[in-house]
Amino acid sequence: MWKLSAIVFAAAVTVSAQSPGSQIGRPPTPEEIRELGSAIAPDGTGLPEGSGTVAAGRTLFAARCARCHGPAGEGDIGARLVGGQGTLATARPIKTVGSFWPYATTLWDYVNRAMPFDQPGALQPAEVYAAVAYVLNLNGIITADQVMDAGSLPKVKMPNRDGFVADPRPDVGKERPRK
Amino acid sequence: MKSSPSRRQLLQMGAAVGSSLLAGDKALALEPNPRKLGEPLGPYGERSPFEKAVRWRRESKTPETGSSFSPIHDSVGTITPSALHYERHHSGIPTIDPATHRLVIHGLVDRPLSLSMTDIKRLASVTRTLVLECGGNSAGEWAPITGPDVQRSYGLVSGSEWTGVPLSRLLAAAGVQRRASWVIAEGADACRMMRSIPLAKALENSLLAYGQNGEAIRPAQGYPLRLINPGWEGNTNVKWLHSLKLTDQPYMARDETSKYSDLMPDGKARIFTYAMEAKSVITFPSGGQSLPARGAYELTGLAWSGRGRIDRVEVTTDGGRTWLAAVLQEPRLPIALTRFRLAWQFNGQDALIASRAIDETGYVQPTRDELIAARGTNSIYHYNGIKVWHVRADGTVTHVEA
Repeated sequence: MWKLSAIVFAAAVTVSAQSPGSQIGRPPTPEEIRELGSAIAPDGTGLPEGSGTVAAGRTLFAARCARCHGPAGEGDIGARLVGGQGTLATARPIKTVGSFWPYATTLWDYVNRAMPFDQPGALQPAEVYAAVAYVLNLNGIITADQVMDAGSLPKVKMPNRDGFVADPRPDVGKERPRK
Repeated sequence: MKSSPSRRQLLQMGAAVGSSLLAGDKALALEPNPRKLGEPLGPYGERSPFEKAVRWRRESKTPETGSSFSPIHDSVGTITPSALHYERHHSGIPTIDPATHRLVIHGLVDRPLSLSMTDIKRLASVTRTLVLECGGNSAGEWAPITGPDVQRSYGLVSGSEWTGVPLSRLLAAAGVQRRASWVIAEGADACRMMRSIPLAKALENSLLAYGQNGEAIRPAQGYPLRLINPGWEGNTNVKWLHSLKLTDQPYMARDETSKYSDLMPDGKARIFTYAMEAKSVITFPSGGQSLPARGAYELTGLAWSGRGRIDRVEVTTDGGRTWLAAVLQEPRLPIALTRFRLAWQFNGQDALIASRAIDETGYVQPTRDELIAARGTNSIYHYNGIKVWHVRADGTVTHVEA
């Protein structure tokens, strides 16, 4: 009986989804897609035009980021951004952009959506590219003359790119047969 | 039922309660006649001024981000009042007018949709009672000294009745394309918090919820619309939901790579560790509380599993030498808080008490030592170890130095 009603329900859903009389909502406007479609994929899909240099990033970082992250990204109220490479397998791992983050695109995405903490969304794409270039350079991942843009950023190989594994749980907790 | 308290236990309990006033009790206050009228009727209820339980949070220079812990030591039953539900925010609680809020479903779909709250509420709704637990709940338990009380060590968990629309319904309307395998969910908070959700989960049982515990979801819990992923870490239950983008890959968000991934002793981190495994904790008696006298008590606590129903909860009052089956409050709903109880005689001697949950998959809540042996002490997230409380001879209850 339960199975039968589930099938009837599924059929009703299909019919209503196809019936023009019961159209749900409306197509999104171009503005809605622009406003809500800012997420950046690890292959770079979604990165906008623009570019940023390490030098521009240094200036921007001092003005907009250093108050929380420290002048050299050493961390304060905000997260430490620099260093820690080689510590992940020690008793005191230091997880930073340089030591832990697997994709440079994630840094762009996060700075763009969430930073500065008190004014998220304030940075223009060129400023985000510059901030990202500076933090990557502080970590020794790109050189001082490299420019970050939609073409170069996804090609940056982060030191911990291969540091993530799938969820193997349940790994603990001996299983008992059900009663 | 076999695990019910025995007749003898019940008789003992009655005897102790009836015998005398316990320390701290006051005699019945008799009002003089004529009696005063009470307060008039009101539009929105408040709890009694004598009830003081509140969420706890650490002092912070950035109070818009952080977490507040539910006072589960004072909890009864299995529903957390919405006003006491734990919180975890990353950039403050937005004020959203539901008349202008929209959910946009886009990306790899045949018919991209923009939905108002009115559109969503026109659809057939479902209601589910579910546990919600932060992936970082009990993170402090990995440390050598465990948490002093149950609120601050296990309080990033709450139970609610959620009402909304199955996400599968809207995905069917949008027409998911064959290439799509992930859903990128984004909230309308200032930082636009974002997570990648496998399409299989979205189709299995994700909900777009607008109701919580009989009213609209509270602003702190995602008003007007929240993604609910039953059994999965709280962070994936994106609040203030305004965008669902169908993609062919996870987006490797900051909150699924840098955060909410579990660092192992070999330096590798487990990613997409979504499920919250079976867990339980004794809420009374628990750290910071004290038993006013020897005698009979009802020991009680909460159990839950992100993988289904709680099958059994076992309790020890002798440091793990023997385990007794606790009474489970029915109905035991899948992926929901389950209240357990055990009649217990405190005889004025030191006691180490603990609970362990077994869920319907047969999984047994592990000890702290077992967890650390497998995962080390740096994984931060997804701690579900057994919590031991030390009831001291004088009736005070403390944590245990592990």
